[in-house]
Amino acid sequence: MNDELLQPLSQAVIDGDPDRARELAARALSAGADPLGAVEQVLSPAMEEVGRLYEEGEYFIPELVMAGEAMKAAMSVLGPEMVAREQVRSAPGVVVIGTVEGDIHEIGKSLVATMLEAAGFVVHDLGVDVPAAAFVSRAREVDADVVGLSALLTTTMRNQQAVIEALEEAGMRGRVRVVIGGAPASPEWAERIGADGYAENAREAVTVVRRLVGVG
Amino acid sequence: MIRPTLQFLSPETVSRVVEEAIELLQDPGVRVHSQRALRLLGDHGAQVDLEAKVARIPADLVHRALETAPKSFYLYDFEGRPAVHYGGDNVHFDPGSAAIEILDHGAVTSRTPVTADFVRYIKLADSLLPMDGVSTALVCADVPEEIADLYRLYLVLLYTGKPVITGAFGVETWHVMKDLLVAVAGSEEALAEKPTAVFDVCPSPPLLWSEITCENLMDCARYRIPAELVSMPLAGATGPATLLGSVVQHAAENLSGVVIHQFTNPGAPIVWGGSPAAFDMRTGTTPMGAVETMMIDCAYAQVGKHLGLPTHAYLGMSDAKIVDAQCGFESGIGAVLGALAGINMISGPGMLDFESCFSLEKLVIDAEIVGMAKRLVAGVAERGIPLAVDLIRQVGHAGNFLANPHTRRWYREELFIPSEVMDRDFRRNWEAKGSKDVVRRAHERAEALIAAYEPRELPPEVVSELAAITLRAAQAAGMDRLPQRATSSEQRATSNQQPATSNQQRGARDER
Repeated sequence: MNDELLQPLSQAVIDGDPDRARELAARALSAGADPLGAVEQVLSPAMEEVGRLYEEGEYFIPELVMAGEAMKAAMSVLGPEMVAREQVRSAPGVVVIGTVEGDIHEIGKSLVATMLEAAGFVVHDLGVDVPAAAFVSRAREVDADVVGLSALLTTTMRNQQAVIEALEEAGMRGRVRVVIGGAPASPEWAERIGADGYAENAREAVTVVRRLVGVG
Repeated sequence: MIRPTLQFLSPETVSRVVEEAIELLQDPGVRVHSQRALRLLGDHGAQVDLEAKVARIPADLVHRALETAPKSFYLYDFEGRPAVHYGGDNVHFDPGSAAIEILDHGAVTSRTPVTADFVRYIKLADSLLPMDGVSTALVCADVPEEIADLYRLYLVLLYTGKPVITGAFGVETWHVMKDLLVAVAGSEEALAEKPTAVFDVCPSPPLLWSEITCENLMDCARYRIPAELVSMPLAGATGPATLLGSVVQHAAENLSGVVIHQFTNPGAPIVWGGSPAAFDMRTGTTPMGAVETMMIDCAYAQVGKHLGLPTHAYLGMSDAKIVDAQCGFESGIGAVLGALAGINMISGPGMLDFESCFSLEKLVIDAEIVGMAKRLVAGVAERGIPLAVDLIRQVGHAGNFLANPHTRRWYREELFIPSEVMDRDFRRNWEAKGSKDVVRRAHERAEALIAAYEPRELPPEVVSELAAITLRAAQAAGMDRLPQRATSSEQRATSNQQPATSNQQRGARDER
């Protein structure tokens, strides 16, 4: 592999520079780099480094989020090429995450998504105000191990339950673990609605998801 | 005498903030999830996209709305006396709202509050003189969420005569809450004439009015019940990281609220409030006790004053989890800065843990902070000319001013006299009284005030009507009867008493 391109790509992720990450990923591809190799040997270790810098107090949330954006930018180039070559990235797990229907609060959910990416998970972030059916269809499509449901309002937290019910109806509850979070959620609420896990914050979310997929 | 004031922005910067806010209302405009409000804005010249639910509001609409918005108004207590003067640099305080947790004395773990907790809170807030209003500060977990908002108001109306700071969680429940207020006031006209409550309405950052808040805002305007605009950008997360950038976004959100409100009913009372916060870049929390949060508050209040509107802010809160030193200093700094900024209503006392947990002990301690903050802004007064030369000559080198009538004449006006919660005693006496820290002293004062609470006198037919309105809503939400408010012996003990002594107490010690 071409280290002259890949080392700067790693640095672009660590620096949180999406434009540079996208450009370097494209140049690596045209220079003949293997997309799966670039993801597993460059992007994933770079995100792990970002996670380490955060844990050590060097990085704060903005650096973390921008590194996630840079990772996504590189993936927007490498991902389609991996699909074309029928390559599948090895990861501790695949997570589908979103804020439930009726709720437009994004920050907490996005932080969890970024932290999970930093921990090596493949994360599909569906955004906010996501209907139960959309969680189900994407989880099926990407063969998700875990579905993460966020809600900030007491009025919308009931929709976390609706997603769990929809997964049950679709016959997927046996192989998909559900983790919930958000200000009004609690371990008691998780138990009441039959979720597999609850996390108080983004860091705890990683621990919980690791445990759910059996790598924690 | 000059009133001590605090300003963060130059006049040029204030104008710049307003200009940029108005530019934002034109492009990208504001998202409005209420068809009624979108049509209203469209009828008055805004460019409305009904499908995208976006209104682009031209500058002249903003200016016209600002012209009709009143510069000041009063909130009345339930005996019809003006009690809170929104406008100018008048400073008032009320407990923070709305906690979903309560911290018991001595506990390190909070719990969900129930009706009996809320009643104790109201009795305490009613008794604490520095509190100018009583907020619906706790969400009771023993009633269905569908009626949680109106149920709080119901209880507040039963137990206090002070003005009320509240808010609705739904479109329909707002009307039930209005009916409760009307039941006490006598008629909708009487309530509009002498409003007793203000409703907080909170746009969502950035630049969004949800259906509930937007309908609440318009309903407040329609019935001329004061509305408090509570814009809450989180600097760096849902608003710009620069403090001034968040002040711009706050101004845009609030200005859009003023437009919707004033075009619904020109001249209805409205308040330039907010609950912005800094964003903690390590934990992802929204610290209400951060100095930057307080700076954004004071800066937006300056913008509100420039626009000629009454002001409000959430200050005097702490992010501490228990009543400790962090709790004290964050609350103290916030209350003092808010008072210096001349914010008309400062909500926050009693509140811990990012505006989510209430402590009665903290409320008692904060009442002392509020007393000091009010004293601070009363300033250093000239009591006469010459200032002191004659007096000091008269007392001479002997130097005993205690024995001079001048001291007795002025000390009560010069000093804020704290309650026994503040320790200013000699060490030996402090030890003799049990070496109690401030939290313990606050707890004892809270219990004493709650025990000494005198029920307010409401005509029995009003009490029945309030109960009937609330019960109807409860039944619609699937609850057959309302929760017990206190132990039955407490109810018997208090049901025959008159409210005279609480008024006497109020008159005897005016700390403002």
